[in-house]
Amino acid sequence: MNKRSKYFLLLRILIYFVEVIVFYVLQSSLYRFFNLAGAMPNLLIILVVSSAYMRGWITGMTLGFFSGLLVDILFGNIIGVYAMIMMLIGYLTGFANRIYSKDDFTLPLVFTAVADFLYQFLYYVFEFLLRGKLDFSYYFRKIILPEIIYTVAASILVYKLLHMINHALDRNEFKEE
Amino acid sequence: MRRREKIRLRPKHGLIIGLVVCLVLILISFRFNKYLYPVRNAVGSAITPMQKGINIIGTYISDGLATLKSIEELAEENKRLKEQVDILSYENKLLLQNKYELDELRELYKLDQKYIDYPKVAARIIDKDTNNWYNVFTIDKGTRDGLSAGMNVIAGDGLVGIITECYYNHSKVRAIIDDKSAVWGMFLKTSDTCVVQGDLKLMEEGKLRVEFISKDAEVEEGYEIVTAHTSPNFLEGILIGYVTGIELDPSTMTKKGYLIPAVDFERLSEVLIITELKEPLLTEPPEEVSENEQEK
Repeated sequence: MNKRSKYFLLLRILIYFVEVIVFYVLQSSLYRFFNLAGAMPNLLIILVVSSAYMRGWITGMTLGFFSGLLVDILFGNIIGVYAMIMMLIGYLTGFANRIYSKDDFTLPLVFTAVADFLYQFLYYVFEFLLRGKLDFSYYFRKIILPEIIYTVAASILVYKLLHMINHALDRNEFKEE
Repeated sequence: MRRREKIRLRPKHGLIIGLVVCLVLILISFRFNKYLYPVRNAVGSAITPMQKGINIIGTYISDGLATLKSIEELAEENKRLKEQVDILSYENKLLLQNKYELDELRELYKLDQKYIDYPKVAARIIDKDTNNWYNVFTIDKGTRDGLSAGMNVIAGDGLVGIITECYYNHSKVRAIIDDKSAVWGMFLKTSDTCVVQGDLKLMEEGKLRVEFISKDAEVEEGYEIVTAHTSPNFLEGILIGYVTGIELDPSTMTKKGYLIPAVDFERLSEVLIITELKEPLLTEPPEEVSENEQEK
């Protein structure tokens, strides 16, 4: 890679780093003020899905891994669980990059919804199912569904924001080519 | 697309690497949980200030919004409280009136002691004229209570007026400040006589006219004037007021002045009626014809 690309890569990494931390902090501290029906939008999922969709599976995977890792360190008992889940999500969404179109804003919403569902489902599996609590329909109605709806709603704005950042970076990086 | 050679990382391989890393981490954290404490500590301590900052900002904003919301509630409450204040204010006025009445009754009681030799009946003013100063008013006692026309009415510190009409359960009183009222008065200190007349113009200033003071009378500012024994209608010795502004009237060669009544006519509400009538002196015609009507 030439110097310029390296520069931009580092810049992107820095931006991702900041995004992960900021999103996590917002997600956790603004719960009091923005929660509806006990649900809070899962900003990190939006980040992972959006980045994977815009940039591909490598970005998706690494972002997913580190987002999940952050959550793991601060919350989980066993480190690596969320890292794995998010990583998988990023990886799978990354394949959607092939059908990435700059102007499309609805596809990311769909992916976000699916990804969040997957995330929630796996969360449920690990935290509840394996402890014998089998009432999935209850969890679905009361917890999973509100969060999916709220997350998708939030992703309309968040994706737009991330898209703008990415677009700005792309424009500057490939200006001469 | 870049034209350089680069090692192609197949997605499948990437995934496998990633999964392996994760599993390793899981195993490590499973086994060596307590060694992870410093890691958690470090990361947590770095993140926490940011969370606190967001929290403070969020609280600040939400407090602001809550303030806006509660402004509406406060306006409602304010309206309610204002209404309550109005009601309480009204009740307070009633209480104050009661207090005035109490004070006046106390004063009358003192007065009662002063004019102890005259029998008296207490009454309340129930109807006043349109202006503040009571020149003709109605009291709530009448023939039923042993009153009759011509009886003197006093209050607080002095003379108020005289009953002009007496009905079954109420009576009409003309105050001395009325234009038509004339009282024969006497300076307490010197026994010089005079006439105290009500005057419509002076009523606003709270004064009465004093006339026909003997030009040789040695009277000064502030002397008390009481009802004279020569008065046909009024029992003698009742304080009327204090003289002021004495000057010589060139046309009648007598002194005249003004009188400030002892009674505060503006705030009158309780009076005493002396039920003893002045025995008419046969040598002088009465000052006014009083009517005595019986009403059922």
